[in-house]
Amino acid sequence: MSQSLVTALASQALEGIVEVAESRGELVVRVLPVALVEVCTTLRDDPAFAFDFLMDVTAVDYPGREPRFEVVYHLYSLKLNHRVRLKVGASEASPHVPSVTPVWRGANWLERETYDMYGIQFDGHPDLRRIYLYEEFEGHPLRKDYPKEKRQPLVTRADVEPAQQRRQRERDSERYGRWQ
Amino acid sequence: MSLLNTMPEFMVTTKVDEMLNWTRKSSLWYMLFGLACCAIEMMQTGGPRSDLDRFGAVPRATPRQSDLMIVAGTLTLKMALRTKVLYEQMPDPKYVISMGSCSNCGGLFQLAYSVCDGVDKVIPVDVYVPGCPPRPEALTEGLLKLQEKMMQEKWLVRSTGESRPALA
Repeated sequence: MSQSLVTALASQALEGIVEVAESRGELVVRVLPVALVEVCTTLRDDPAFAFDFLMDVTAVDYPGREPRFEVVYHLYSLKLNHRVRLKVGASEASPHVPSVTPVWRGANWLERETYDMYGIQFDGHPDLRRIYLYEEFEGHPLRKDYPKEKRQPLVTRADVEPAQQRRQRERDSERYGRWQ
Repeated sequence: MSLLNTMPEFMVTTKVDEMLNWTRKSSLWYMLFGLACCAIEMMQTGGPRSDLDRFGAVPRATPRQSDLMIVAGTLTLKMALRTKVLYEQMPDPKYVISMGSCSNCGGLFQLAYSVCDGVDKVIPVDVYVPGCPPRPEALTEGLLKLQEKMMQEKWLVRSTGESRPALA
């Protein structure tokens, strides 16, 4: 763990940081959801951190714990060669977390993946759709309570036609392909 | 017999059905439809060592030019409808070889949340090739079986109701 990173983090006194811990030689920072975008912006822009690369966004499901979900962000600084892991809680009743796409554009697909597999809602995401599975899929398969032997219905052409028409409308709209 | 004896030696007699089937089975163009690791074995089968080309089977990159679809690999539920669309785009008469455990029945991934348990849930299959993945020899055998099946088809006398004769 980079000691300069810890001191920089301490000197900044960022709002919304709940806990700073070390896990297997890496820094783990627990953040409140409301402060996530602000913390991420500081981590990206402050020259002491310079986290210019969001490596991964994923989530962990802890059944029985409150909050049940933990959204995990892996950050890396290409400039300073250090890493940090951010963790944000999301409750089962309303699994909402602010989107970090305004901070790192690469978060777009990563957040879509996390939404697809865990059903985490990223508020402010420009296009929060399933990315791996199809729209008719029921449930979120990486949740611990997803039934292991659940069979999904085979999609017929009649099922996809409304979705195809909607996608066509999206493509025809002026917003298509534009960012924010 | 007397008529045959009067023919010159370079002439051969056959049935029209057999000749049609012989020409069809000898230019069986298959669509490239590799979905998973079976595709690697399919490439080997089409490659120089196993050489599927010697049976007249050459790969095509579009369903419009294909007679045969070799479904090689795990069929996901998301891909199932697309497979059906591609099958419908192929001109008749068309055939399907299901290659490997995954496309036969879902295989190792049968109970996975995203996998369709068998391509025969979506399109009709003529020959199932078992294996995980099948060796090139097995796929070649599957193609030969399909050719046998094609040779039994009747084109001049169409039987009502029955579509394709079952493999003996």
